[in-house]
Amino acid sequence: MENIKLTAKDFAPDSPVKWCPGCGDFAILAQVQRTMAAMGLPHEKYVVVSGIGCSSRFPYYMNTYGFHSIHGRAPAVASGIKLANPELSVWVVTGDGDGLSIGGNHVLHAIRRNIGLKILLFNNRIYAMTKGQASPTTQQGTKTKTSPMGTIDYPFNPARFAIGLDCAFVARGLDTDMALTSHILERAARHKGTAFVEIFQKCIPFTDKEFDGLKDKDKKDDFLIKIEHGKPLVFGRNRDKGIIFRNFRPGIIEFKPGNIPDDVAVYDETNAEMAYLISGFQAPEFPIPLGVFRATEKSSYEELYYNQVAAVGDTKSNELETLLAGPDAWEVK
Amino acid sequence: MNKSSPKKEVRINELNSITIRFAGDSGDGIQLVGHQFANATAIAGNDLSTLPDYPSEVRAPAGSLGGVSGFQLSFGDKSVMTPGTRPDVLIAMNPAALAVNIKNIDKGSVIIVNSDAFNPGALEKAGYSANPLEDGTLANYRVMAIPVNTFTENTLKDSGLAKPQILKCKNFYMLGIMYWMYGLPLEPTINWIKIKFKKTPELAKANQEVLSAGYAYSEAAEIFDARFQIKKSPVAPGKYRNLTGNEAAAYALITAAKLLKKKLFYGSYPITPASEILHTLCMHKANDVVVFQTEDEIAAICTSIGAAFAGCLAATGTSGPGLSLKIEAMGLGVIVELPLVIVNVQRSGPSTGLPTKTEQSDLLQAVYGRHGESPLVVIAAASPADCFTTTLEAARIAVKYMTPVIVLSNAYLSNGSEPFRIPKLRELPRFEVPPLPEPGQFKPYMRSSETLARPWAYAGLKGYEHRIGGLEKADITGAVSYEPENHEKMTKLRAEKIARVVAEIPPTRISGANEGELLVVGWGSTFGAITQAVTEAREMGLRVSSAHIKYMNPLPPDLGTVIRRFRKVLVPEENLGQFRMMLRASYLIEPIGLNKIQGQALNSDEILSKIKEILRGN
Repeated sequence: MENIKLTAKDFAPDSPVKWCPGCGDFAILAQVQRTMAAMGLPHEKYVVVSGIGCSSRFPYYMNTYGFHSIHGRAPAVASGIKLANPELSVWVVTGDGDGLSIGGNHVLHAIRRNIGLKILLFNNRIYAMTKGQASPTTQQGTKTKTSPMGTIDYPFNPARFAIGLDCAFVARGLDTDMALTSHILERAARHKGTAFVEIFQKCIPFTDKEFDGLKDKDKKDDFLIKIEHGKPLVFGRNRDKGIIFRNFRPGIIEFKPGNIPDDVAVYDETNAEMAYLISGFQAPEFPIPLGVFRATEKSSYEELYYNQVAAVGDTKSNELETLLAGPDAWEVK
Repeated sequence: MNKSSPKKEVRINELNSITIRFAGDSGDGIQLVGHQFANATAIAGNDLSTLPDYPSEVRAPAGSLGGVSGFQLSFGDKSVMTPGTRPDVLIAMNPAALAVNIKNIDKGSVIIVNSDAFNPGALEKAGYSANPLEDGTLANYRVMAIPVNTFTENTLKDSGLAKPQILKCKNFYMLGIMYWMYGLPLEPTINWIKIKFKKTPELAKANQEVLSAGYAYSEAAEIFDARFQIKKSPVAPGKYRNLTGNEAAAYALITAAKLLKKKLFYGSYPITPASEILHTLCMHKANDVVVFQTEDEIAAICTSIGAAFAGCLAATGTSGPGLSLKIEAMGLGVIVELPLVIVNVQRSGPSTGLPTKTEQSDLLQAVYGRHGESPLVVIAAASPADCFTTTLEAARIAVKYMTPVIVLSNAYLSNGSEPFRIPKLRELPRFEVPPLPEPGQFKPYMRSSETLARPWAYAGLKGYEHRIGGLEKADITGAVSYEPENHEKMTKLRAEKIARVVAEIPPTRISGANEGELLVVGWGSTFGAITQAVTEAREMGLRVSSAHIKYMNPLPPDLGTVIRRFRKVLVPEENLGQFRMMLRASYLIEPIGLNKIQGQALNSDEILSKIKEILRGN
């Protein structure tokens, strides 16, 4: 790899960014630009692919190769790019409607194959671009233009969806938590195979208050838990609460600060079962988990694909005529 | 033959061409023997045309009428144009195969049956109350009843194989008989058996023995009074192989990628009758062919569009319902102006329709079936081997003009086969891509002044980083643009670019006189039937010409002039008149339609009688 030094600015294009003032997407954009700059890969090796929705304008705001495709299909377009040229670092930017409703099938199969895509799913729990309809992650009971009496649909939990599909890298970030998001993006960038990152993102016109509980300086530590590999699952303003498991059911115990009991679980990001249980945490019973849920290694689709082809042996030198003739051609003199 | 042999003299009849139909239960290996027989005739120097015809169920109930699988072929000394209308010889491996096909067999024709299969149970399933071999039903046919099961079992009694395995070889016994009757060589099939059953040598041996036994039996037995020698076809020297339309399309894609010196990417979802393109390409993965079996039809085209953005020659293949699913992404292909080949193997629709049967009913979907103003190139293949030429041409136009191109094939072409002369590299067309300027001068939507194609700056190229997408783009710069005038300009540019593809279209070839009473205008798979019908009509003294159209969009620039030189125009097609509508709209003429929507190809008899009706009024 070339040893090149780039900054976030190198990844910012000349054209203006057109999201609503205060949109969570600005913060994520800045983190993605910073992460790419830090990876040591030149611009031309990056491709950002998106579908339709506010988040999907993302490629226009990146000074890389970019493809703003059609609704829900970004993982498919991106899979074609990655398999065609595995040297490229291919990022998919999608939203809760784009990625889990119309494009659910493609996200699902990208994960199943473990193809080398970084899938960033910006979860604002609403169809924002089409002006406020319920999305597959809108919380039950929410009043929207298509649910004036409150939604009755059970919502998807995107991170848990990916864990359920055995995705080898799954994380959840928060638009305003720069340090956390940046850490997650960097790990995702270095991950081989599908990396699925859900990012909670507020939408100023429609879901402005959606994640306030996770952002309030005074209260947030009681509402969220940051999970870290090898660290005990502790939360609370005074770090006096911990997660325990009894008979495979999670529970909360309280203790004196600094005195963490032994039965408080220590997070293990290689443990799929633990990731599944923790990712299911819902307010108000449990704190909302943020961080890297799962990070394990398994061969990526493109690796398996090209290894298999290599095992067949190189037949490229075959003359076209030999190839076309096949084994059973005959000669007419 | 040994002259001292006491056997009766076997007459050798020399024929110009003959049509044979193999029929049996879908588990009888009919397609296999059909293909083997076709290859043998081709190797013997005949021209040929084949038509497999099988049920959509993987295994329909054994012995049922719905489970009959057929393989028809015509071979002969001159250019055989179609697989024939009414077979001269029917091979029926069971009563159901006889029941289904007898209505298409003329009196006096040869029927060869496996008499062992005519047992009470099988007769009942086929709807026979009495055995047609015994009750005089077939008195007007030349019937040869051969106990193929018994003979196969006798041949393999010491093989150590179990009875069900032994009986699976019976189709080769019948094939051996047919090889003797038509004086065809066994070697190609023996070689094929050796390769096919490499891992099960006992089965290789058994099939080979049964094949030879069938041949030897015919030589020794006295039930046949005639063998036939079909005159050879005068063909151009060269290397040949028998290809189905689907195989031809697959090899054309590989060839195109080689000529372009790029990887081929084929994203596809299985669908009858297009899956063999996917299967064929899967066998060539080590040859810079990237094949991706996707989760659905939409992903199939979208992965291919992605691969085109990454610099591959990209293609996808499907059939009617799949084409409908791909339509939104085709619009994307049109606006991002990336090269893409879409092979659509038409079948009977709408919806699942008759999924294994042929039709030409996706023409309007291909030409017009998109949202917005989104023109693209549509070209149609005329014969199985022409699927090669047509698909190669599609790829050439796709990269030269940076556009999606649809190839229209159909079930008739995709499953049918004919000898394909393997082209020399120097005979193949030259591929051109639009010039790529220096990085500093590059703009994503700058265009070639000749073709209006934009440059193909693919992801990974240093200095050409840019963004494309479904939103309207500003002329030249490619920035997102909502400007009203720009949208109209871009819409017209995209239309003009496709219109300029007329530069690729050769003058329309007319078979027959250049002007006159009647012009038969066809497109796609009806080529063989139309050519044969028109040739026969002219032999009868009728003044009729024909023109066959490959470029469906844009249409040939001279077509209006050509058509207006005739008083009447007949358009035979396997739909309710889709091309006729296009001709009417384009040239303000009122063509006569001949339309067949039965899942079966139009045949030359049907076209000939329509020609007679128009010209003689009968």
